Amino acid sequence: MSRRLLWALLALLLLTAQASAAGRILDGEVSGEHELTLTLGLALPADWQWQGNVGVVERESPDIPLTVESARLEQNGRVLVLTLAEPVSSQSAYDLSLRPSAQEPAEKFTLRKGFLALLFSIVIGAALIQNFVFSRYLGLCIFFGASGRKETAVGMGFSFILVMTLSAVFVWAVYNFVLRPLHLQFLQVITFVGIIAIFVQFLDTVLRKVNPFLFKKLGVYLVLITTNCIILAVPLILVNNAYDLWESLALALGSGAGFALALFLMACVRERLELADIPEVFRGLPIAFVVAGLFALAFLGFSGMSF
Amino acid sequence: MSEGQHYTVLERLANGLVRENPIFKLALSMCPAVAMTNNVRNGFLLGLAVLFVQVASNVTVSIFRRFIHERIRIPAYIIIIATWVSVSDMGLAAYAPGFYKEIALYVKLIVVFAIIISRLEVFASRNTVWPSFWDGMGMGLGFMFALMFVGVFREFLGSGSLWGIELLPFKPFFFWSLPPAGFFAIGLLMALFLWLERRFNAWRGRK
Repeated sequence: MSRRLLWALLALLLLTAQASAAGRILDGEVSGEHELTLTLGLALPADWQWQGNVGVVERESPDIPLTVESARLEQNGRVLVLTLAEPVSSQSAYDLSLRPSAQEPAEKFTLRKGFLALLFSIVIGAALIQNFVFSRYLGLCIFFGASGRKETAVGMGFSFILVMTLSAVFVWAVYNFVLRPLHLQFLQVITFVGIIAIFVQFLDTVLRKVNPFLFKKLGVYLVLITTNCIILAVPLILVNNAYDLWESLALALGSGAGFALALFLMACVRERLELADIPEVFRGLPIAFVVAGLFALAFLGFSGMSF
Repeated sequence: MSEGQHYTVLERLANGLVRENPIFKLALSMCPAVAMTNNVRNGFLLGLAVLFVQVASNVTVSIFRRFIHERIRIPAYIIIIATWVSVSDMGLAAYAPGFYKEIALYVKLIVVFAIIISRLEVFASRNTVWPSFWDGMGMGLGFMFALMFVGVFREFLGSGSLWGIELLPFKPFFFWSLPPAGFFAIGLLMALFLWLERRFNAWRGRK
């Protein structure tokens, strides 16, 4: 019974996330370097004046309107093509407002890629293209500390994904429902760090009581995670980009997976390094840094990729 | 380190700069050392922010060390650090907005730099205000010095300039300006310092 309820709840959440389009605008897409194409349910009249009736902003910076250079109607007014002065990217989301005539109210529409495609691109972006360890150089203390053996690397990786995902959701909720309505954004660093510290402590206590086996496996790493840069960087990034709940989840999962991947790769190499004949002064950390540099060079190859 | 032990100013500064240098010796807080050292100025600004946060939270903790309960000391330290980080974050955003843009994320991340909390735990929570102040100074300066040292190395080799001023008309070794080169630079410099230390010790042993 409770499982069916859970599914119903999940379906409801997914549906509400999808159902943002209702009204005259049916669909929108980024169709060129400077072009946005809108499909309309009701045709606009051919003599429709676009000046002053169309507004486009990026979702991250809603206060800066983008300049619309021209708008043309195609297919008997069912398709509207907007040409913008600045280049647009299919990665980001745009908020459009459209007023069909002076009497009617303006209609709002959020234009972005297909929802799942967007989530997928966020996951891949955080895990590979902008890998936190090899492309953003964060979380290095834990990275060098816990990559000695494969076993610790896997344990650390899994506990990190768990804590990262849960705390990102928590931080997202607190920021959007408490800090933003109260205009307390300047307190974000203190709040986020506080939330993460409390959350890790909470998880530690709960795991100890509820699942001693899992606690034995992950307990050691939980405390370490608090001092990881990534765990604070992800909330800061998701707040900066104005992500919604699902995008935040995708970012957290992707960055957690990317960190786990980096740890595992590094652990594989370092286990072999123990048998290698390395110059004495390079033993230990210096050679680990050089290896990480080689990995970073390899990951540089992902930087041209985009979805 | 027990309470009542006497520390002199010079000894504390030397400790932070050389003997327990945060980057090259303790190997703590490596993230900024890799990411923010492709030129000297970023290293200097981030080092300045770290110096400020380290000194301020060292002093705060050593003032309140008798009131902070043992069991909740870590959350208390984190809140103290986060407060001073917010102060330096807003200060930098207000007075150096141009440079701040490049290092914004890292300034906020000072909260989780291991070096700061480890100094609070190891030193400031057991010593009086004055030695704690100089310990913070030493550690902060050591951190700044290390960042700038790597920065000088990478900026000169990578783009032939220092502090944005062009010294050479060509780029000697552009590789060092690329982000991944930070790892190589730290690894090589660490090995170099180890080697120098060994040579120095051997030379002193012979004498």
